[in-house]
Amino acid sequence: MVVAILIWLITIFTSYHFLMRTWWFPDSASAHGHLLDSQFETTLIVTGVIFILVQIALGYLVWKYRQKPSSGKAIYTHGNHRLEIASIVVTTIVFYLMVLPGQSIWADLYINAPAQDSIQIEVTGQQFAWNMRYPGPDGKFGRTLPELIDDSSGNPLGLDFEDPAAEDDLVLPIMALPVERPIELLLRSKDVTHSFFVRELRIKQDTVPGLTIPLRFTPTQTGTFEIVCAELCGLGHHRMRSFLEVMSDADYRAWLEEMAE
Amino acid sequence: MSTPSFSETIDHFSPAQEEGTGVPGAEKGLHGRPAPPSIQDQRYKTGTMVGLAGILMFFTAFVSAYIVRQGLGTDWEPIKLPNLVWYNTLILLASSFSLEMARTRLKDLPALRSWWLGTATLGTVFLVGQLVVWQKLSAEGVYLASNPSSSFFYVLTAVHGIHLLGGVLALLILSLKLWGGILASHHVGSMALYWHFMDFLWILLLLLFVFWR
Amino acid sequence: MAEAEHSHAAHAAPTSFIWKYIFSKDHKIIGIQYYLLALFAVFVGMALSVLIRINLVWSGTSIGLLEALFPEGAPGGVMTPEFYLAMLTMHGTIMVFMVLTTAPQGGFGNYFLPIQIGADDMAFPTLNMLSFWLTFVSLVVLLAAFFVSGGAPTSGWTAYPPLSALGEIAGPGLGIGQDLWIVSIAIFCIASLLGALNFITTVLDLRVKGMTLMRMPLPVWAWFVTAILGLLAFGVLLAAGILLLLDRVAGTSFFIPGGLVVSDQIINHKGGSPLLWQHLFWFFGHPEVYIAILPGMGVTSQILAVFSRKPIFGYKAMVYSMFGIGTLGFLVWGHHMFMSGMSPYSAIVFSLLTTAIAVPSAIKTFNWLGTLWGGRISLEPAMQFAIRFVSLFVSGGLGGLFLNQPSTDIYLHDTYFVVGHFHLIMGVAAIFGIFAGTYYWFSKMFGRHMNKKLGTLHFWLTFVGVNSIFMPMHFLGLVGHPRRYAELSGVNFLAQTAPLHFFITIAAFITVAAQFIFLFNFLWALFKGPKAERNPWSATTLEWEIPSPPPHDNFGGKELTVHHGPYEYSVPGEEADFVMQTARPLQKTDTGTEN
Repeated sequence: MVVAILIWLITIFTSYHFLMRTWWFPDSASAHGHLLDSQFETTLIVTGVIFILVQIALGYLVWKYRQKPSSGKAIYTHGNHRLEIASIVVTTIVFYLMVLPGQSIWADLYINAPAQDSIQIEVTGQQFAWNMRYPGPDGKFGRTLPELIDDSSGNPLGLDFEDPAAEDDLVLPIMALPVERPIELLLRSKDVTHSFFVRELRIKQDTVPGLTIPLRFTPTQTGTFEIVCAELCGLGHHRMRSFLEVMSDADYRAWLEEMAE
Repeated sequence: MSTPSFSETIDHFSPAQEEGTGVPGAEKGLHGRPAPPSIQDQRYKTGTMVGLAGILMFFTAFVSAYIVRQGLGTDWEPIKLPNLVWYNTLILLASSFSLEMARTRLKDLPALRSWWLGTATLGTVFLVGQLVVWQKLSAEGVYLASNPSSSFFYVLTAVHGIHLLGGVLALLILSLKLWGGILASHHVGSMALYWHFMDFLWILLLLLFVFWR
Repeated sequence: MAEAEHSHAAHAAPTSFIWKYIFSKDHKIIGIQYYLLALFAVFVGMALSVLIRINLVWSGTSIGLLEALFPEGAPGGVMTPEFYLAMLTMHGTIMVFMVLTTAPQGGFGNYFLPIQIGADDMAFPTLNMLSFWLTFVSLVVLLAAFFVSGGAPTSGWTAYPPLSALGEIAGPGLGIGQDLWIVSIAIFCIASLLGALNFITTVLDLRVKGMTLMRMPLPVWAWFVTAILGLLAFGVLLAAGILLLLDRVAGTSFFIPGGLVVSDQIINHKGGSPLLWQHLFWFFGHPEVYIAILPGMGVTSQILAVFSRKPIFGYKAMVYSMFGIGTLGFLVWGHHMFMSGMSPYSAIVFSLLTTAIAVPSAIKTFNWLGTLWGGRISLEPAMQFAIRFVSLFVSGGLGGLFLNQPSTDIYLHDTYFVVGHFHLIMGVAAIFGIFAGTYYWFSKMFGRHMNKKLGTLHFWLTFVGVNSIFMPMHFLGLVGHPRRYAELSGVNFLAQTAPLHFFITIAAFITVAAQFIFLFNFLWALFKGPKAERNPWSATTLEWEIPSPPPHDNFGGKELTVHHGPYEYSVPGEEADFVMQTARPLQKTDTGTEN
């Protein structure tokens, strides 16, 4: 009896916090973020209903069929084939219907071709910092060589200044982006696997050494957001924090010029 | 008994055994067919097959890593197999043949002993041969870390060799029973299963080295 | 070969202490050995988790006790990040391998599988003994990592390269500590493979007359499917571990790509793929989590039937769903890698396959509810834990539905949402399966009863406690709290999580403390518990036919025949509300191959 009440209490308490959104996502600041959020909501509703139903059923069954002096024998049955089949069919349909919209959101984000005028910025993670590289006015990323990497003298990416394209490359520890423009980040890593995560933009991608992984999104709100590392990368994993500022187009161009000095 | 249910058809015991003496396999099966294997036979055979399934997954992991790695980098240089590898293969095949000869001569103790020892000897020669192959490769400057293809070659041959060594040791330990005249058919059956599988595995690995470059 | 001995394991009962209790070939002793190893390991694991929780709430504060205990790891009473990461890595490794992969399968499975099918012992008793001692050695090697220079590894229980492959240059603990970790896991793999071989052969070949496959109790099915999973999965982990070790010590580049520069030093490896490790590891890793949970499912089914006095609802569906879960379990590893850089097409495939696992899981849940329905339920501690297993399995499992969709996983991957999810399933539901089995089978194993009141108290505290610890973690995940952060002060948005962390930590303290009630109950009952009768739960399966504790050869040389399925409770027309599996066939309602 107490067990049943306990289950119900925990269910109510948990559901309350889900409903009140006490600890929740920050508001979405990207185009696909709203889609992701609604997929999350859908999933939450489906799983929430199932969660509540099952916990209530469990509690109810334990309470109703608890042994009492007046109880007769239990009902002898080995199961019910029809009910079994029905539950399989319903489960399959419900879960697959729930999951399918999410797949097309994913496909749009990762599979379909980037917009032609994406702004490309290269992000290289290292122990324990982020290096953002802007290609500069020439729009080309200059050559980098591992031998030239020298953190202490300010060349963390090993830019080869023999390559003319490298001269106007901007390497910064922070990032700025213009709002409402499609962005393509090229994610790389110098040493171990890191992961580039910005909550508000609903973006996350592991940065794997040896690979260059594109990450596409369009910011839709201005603001300053934190970049954190989301893949264990060593001692300083918890302090690989940087900032990403989304600003108006004009502010962005001004910022770029300022940084170039 | 009407049409056997799924559970009955996959079961180990014939319906007759439900009323039998209670010792699975001790009595004759239905229709005068030879009795199902005794429990001794059966568990060694099952155990060996199950064990081989596990070993197969182990090798599959390496092979899939090989395939992935080969498809990845531009730095893959296919390994040039020394000719000795082919002679070694013949020796291993001969050892399987020898073991088969032994297995089919359970009643003929002297013949059994000769073929059995022959298998152990050939297996040992193969292992030594593999070591010589390694030596030849390193003489040509091809080491474990030289190239991804050589890394896999060394790893796969080492891992196969260790399993084959296990087989040789099993042969030798069982030969003690053999000399005491108490080698049972289930020992021989399982041994043969294991040995032939190692042989077969070697062929697969060779095919990998030769064709997946 | 005509001797076809009735007892193939015809080793006479040993008499000397060493052969009887240390190097025993008796599956019952070995089962207890595994259980005790897991019991030791779980307390080590819990101690580590307490340290983890302390650090998350009081990371800046100097704690004198910490400095006294760990002068190197917590100089000045403040834990270093490397110490934290080492605790975290070892906590995960110990709990997953040394607790969840030993107690349910090696512990209860070893003890009760042979008995429940009417056998005298496992198919290969010597191999069984070897499996245990290899596991023991593996634990020793693992714990040794704490004491070597550099300390225990700091790359997580998942040991992703390049971090785990580069050696000390990538961080402390990644030197010898990581090597020992790999060696320990490799030994564990071999032990598990041998164990799996034994279990499978035993189920296939050693069933007593009349014990058809479809009359086997569900725990036996669970141990069987688990063994198949182990057989096929551990070999892959072993292979991966060998390759990783070679990368570390032999200069190979299976997992290490070229062009790496760590702390301004160029690394001389090239061409390897970090993703390759992830594929190999998770190909093992996903079946591994089913290995951890399936035995608990089997035990839960068993206990629910016994204490509802009803047959299990849908026995065949339960069996098939176990196979369904097991098979699908091999096809879904990629859902751990959605953000890894692997092909987005694969992500969709893996996601759709993973969704399929929800179906057999739902069947089982539905059938557990069906078993309770119409029953006559008595709430012994074993039953409370079994009921709770269902509840927690559902809570944890539903969390999985957020993670198996790559779109929602973008935000939630590598956050505390994942930590909450897998702890609910593994760290709680699976553990509850172990508790349920303990309270259910203790009297059979040791001939004495555990105390019911203490058991109930332990249950309540633990149930409320674990929900209080792990449900809030989902909220931390929604906030975007990344995993494996030694300190939280470096990130602004984490400030809001302080009250939750505090709540979780207090809950953790209480829950860990409650486990000492269990330990006390266990140890006390071993020596002072009231003597147990042969069949206190009036259950029908074969272990309840024999004395508590059972004699060396289990059935005392008796020849058994099984006539019934394992869940004949409350059969109409029968006076007692249970029919033992070996009872004479019933007249009209012959319940031989029901369902």
